[in-house]
Amino acid sequence: MVALNEHVSKKFDAELESLRSRVMQMGGLVETQITTAIDSFMSGDLDRMEQVIADDHQVNGLEVSIDDDCAHIVARRQPTAGDLRMVMAVSKIVTDLERVGDEASKIARMAREIYQRDRLQIPRLTDVRKIGSIGVAMLRDVLDAFVRLDANEAARIVREDATVDDHFRGIMRQLVTYMMEDPRTITTALDIVFIAKSIERIGDHAKNIAESVIYIVKGQDVRHIAIDQLERTVNAVDH
Amino acid sequence: MQGIATESELETQIALRNFNFYYGKYHALRNINLDIYKRRVTAFIGPSGCGKSTLLRTLNRMYDLYPEQRAEGELLLDGNNLLDKGVDLNALRAKVGMVFQKPTPFPMSIYDNIAFGVKLHERLSRVEMDERVEWSLRKAALWGEVSDKLNQSGMSLSGGQQQRLCIARGIAVKPEVLLLDEPTSALDPISTMRIEELVSELKDEFTIVIVTHNMQQAARVSDFTAYMYLGELIEVGKTDDIFIKPKDKRTEDYITGRFG
Repeated sequence: MVALNEHVSKKFDAELESLRSRVMQMGGLVETQITTAIDSFMSGDLDRMEQVIADDHQVNGLEVSIDDDCAHIVARRQPTAGDLRMVMAVSKIVTDLERVGDEASKIARMAREIYQRDRLQIPRLTDVRKIGSIGVAMLRDVLDAFVRLDANEAARIVREDATVDDHFRGIMRQLVTYMMEDPRTITTALDIVFIAKSIERIGDHAKNIAESVIYIVKGQDVRHIAIDQLERTVNAVDH
Repeated sequence: MQGIATESELETQIALRNFNFYYGKYHALRNINLDIYKRRVTAFIGPSGCGKSTLLRTLNRMYDLYPEQRAEGELLLDGNNLLDKGVDLNALRAKVGMVFQKPTPFPMSIYDNIAFGVKLHERLSRVEMDERVEWSLRKAALWGEVSDKLNQSGMSLSGGQQQRLCIARGIAVKPEVLLLDEPTSALDPISTMRIEELVSELKDEFTIVIVTHNMQQAARVSDFTAYMYLGELIEVGKTDDIFIKPKDKRTEDYITGRFG
């Protein structure tokens, strides 16, 4: 996207800037929630699990408050073109971020279940850590792409989502073999499946956010289209 | 919104080709190429002095009133070049009506305000004229408010009603094109909404070109928007495209309020 001049209304500039920085604030919080949830699952630190669960309301609060900011900007400024796309996209992005926050909270709850029941019986932690670090990286990268309005980076993240999906299926297959060999592992294995599923969803949300970034930059709605068509859109020269 | 182009085929009513316009030595419109489509609303937007009103006024050769003003290039109405010598200006202005920024009712009755223009072009019987006056006032969404006081002066109406009277007068001669030069800039918000509503209804029968300083108005009422700057046509496109994803950075700067 071409760098735009400042608005004649400095206050409008300030409002849009504040909107962007609050999305980043929410993104940072959500990233911490996810990282803490996965780390505490690895380490068995119950206090930190409780912390994640307790902090989820902050994420929810930010979603409501940023959405409210969007409504105010629409009502008072009637944004158009790039500004309009930014406000529309932010409203969608905070919904995705809030869901990521929910997934963090779910992971923490599952981890608490597992550790409160007995010690971990299945040594499948490394795979979960791996998919977890990919999910967190996607989230971090997509927020970065949002700040820099980088459609190419956003397109890469959309593609990356398939990797997370592959990892998730791999974890499923492995856990199924454990469950078949020893039915006593089933309860815990299922909890781990849910944790992995939560992380896989984080990838989906990061992908949604990436699509919103492409919408802001390119003005094209790239949801529900094939990845190569999406990449053509991103590579199309405009202006 | 979907379907603007698919409702029916686009048909060019007015075409400007390499069109230039001069106020004396001042080159006010530079090489304009533009199609205005039949039974669509086209809005001209741009900062003050960009030439949008000048462009609108050329469309019915208003500038002929001023000898130092001249146009070059082609201005085609249904394929005929309006710049050709020998164009009957009275016939042209019956085809291309105009409504101005400030309501300009004639100092005569509501009835005569409408009948006056019709009489210049047609000879109608009393009954036919009554019908035409009613038809025009109904089309302009004014009939309900004035049907019992057609003999009162047009000046006695409110500003919004006066403007609708002017629109009624404009359409009474059954033009093909209606030019609106900032028709709501002197009106309150409710009267403005009435006029905007009227524009959406009138486009079923007339080609409408509107100049407006109010970008949101252009966004609300028009099918196509043309952005002008310093006498040039910067960008023209479907209104949805212009307001969501303009192609030219200058358009984006203007409509997002970054113009300074």
